[in-house]
Amino acid sequence: MALIKCENVSVGYEGQTVVKDLDFQIDAGDYLCIVGENGSGKSTLVKSLLGLKSVEKGQILFGDGLRQNEIGYLPQQTDVQKDFPASVYEVVLSGRLNSRGIRPFYTAVDRKTAYEKMRMLGIEDLSRQCFRDLSGGQKQRVLLARALCATKTLLLLDEPVTGLDPIVTAEFYELIQKINQEAGIAVVMVSHDIESAVEYATHILHLQETALFFGTAGEYQKSRVGRTFLGGGSND
Amino acid sequence: MTETLFEMLSYPFMVRAFVVGILVALCSALLGVSLVLKRYSMIGDGLSHVGFGAMAVAAAMNAAPLAVAIPVVIAAAVLLLRISGSSRIKGDAAIALISTSSLAVGVMVISMTTGMNTDVYNYMFGSILAMSREDVVLSVTLAVVVLALYIFFYQKIFAITFDETFARATGVKAGLYNTMIAVLTAVTIVLGMRMMGALLISSLIIFPALTAMRACRTFRSVTIHAAFISVICLIAGLLMSYLGGTPAGASVVMANIAALALYSLTGVLRGRIKR
Repeated sequence: MALIKCENVSVGYEGQTVVKDLDFQIDAGDYLCIVGENGSGKSTLVKSLLGLKSVEKGQILFGDGLRQNEIGYLPQQTDVQKDFPASVYEVVLSGRLNSRGIRPFYTAVDRKTAYEKMRMLGIEDLSRQCFRDLSGGQKQRVLLARALCATKTLLLLDEPVTGLDPIVTAEFYELIQKINQEAGIAVVMVSHDIESAVEYATHILHLQETALFFGTAGEYQKSRVGRTFLGGGSND
Repeated sequence: MTETLFEMLSYPFMVRAFVVGILVALCSALLGVSLVLKRYSMIGDGLSHVGFGAMAVAAAMNAAPLAVAIPVVIAAAVLLLRISGSSRIKGDAAIALISTSSLAVGVMVISMTTGMNTDVYNYMFGSILAMSREDVVLSVTLAVVVLALYIFFYQKIFAITFDETFARATGVKAGLYNTMIAVLTAVTIVLGMRMMGALLISSLIIFPALTAMRACRTFRSVTIHAAFISVICLIAGLLMSYLGGTPAGASVVMANIAALALYSLTGVLRGRIKR
């Protein structure tokens, strides 16, 4: 069984269908990039996968022991966070909330996990720093560590490299690939950056009103849709 | 000094003012940290105006002020949150609408019944004499409830304040906690507003959080500092009010301004030294 299986899913907001008839699945260890233009329904689909929004039609099924609240989500940064007084450790630890339920306090296991994830992403020495004082790339690592605290199997990243400079962006992609390959965590990434998407991802889902393409990255590069959007370049 | 203190505390109304004031200051500081960070600072101000309207109506109907004001202000708090969430009317505009409307209703009701008198003045700017035994009991209860809920749900409050989307995605019922914070804020404001005044009570929510944020770099230290700052400023304000004969509400706000200035200055100096 796949981690997530979407069957005939249509999503929209305020009564307007944005994307319809989606059929795709995410298996353990996959690296799926969701690409498409602005307004093509990428973010709406992400909200539905997280259960923040109900689907208009069809169903999203979770398997392999993944529960909807156990997706490691890395959202786009908000204004509130720009001057938020919180230590890196506090932020990372808050990723453990989904394993807490109603119980109010974190345990030693939660704290250990938080430190493990920080070490994994090379931000252990920042743990006492204030989140608002970090650079853009460091902030993304902190939020990634929080996402890793929330999941064992699947990361969902919503345009994670927005606003990062090219070097930091490349480092971030490498990091995601490492997590995907070494820890075996499946990755779903919403992205504008089609070139990097085909470089790193195993699968591509291209949205435009419906799924223009769903398949492996290799197939995408050979497909007509892929060739058009990649700008003809290398595959003629 | 101690003599003055004893003399002051020999008046039952002063003891009541201190008890209610300290507890309200403590609760509003805790709630304020979350409200300020979530950009809901003006909700406190809006709710106090609603409280003014409700108390004016209660006085006209000869009803107990708290019994009318608490449910009305809670309803307004929940409504304001809903409106900010649905974004048909933007949050800040919604707050301005509701607060001016309630103020207008209050003024109309007062002018039709008793006319503008000292009561109105006291509602607006507060009175240190306003606290009854009933208020003391209510504020102790409130403080216990707020503290217990705050500690119990502290991690969830942090999560929804820092990043509501992520919190909801990991199964935190953000709507429920937002409503809880709004309801507790509403009750705190109603309790505090007769002492602090409808126009000044929101300072108790905003100042301590902002002051603490000048100096503190973790959410926990901001919370703890805000609570201490708030209580100390309240005590300082009431002392000033007693010794100088100044209005209680305004004196407490002055103490808060001084604290904010002091913390900002320390923050700037520290920044300089670091560099």
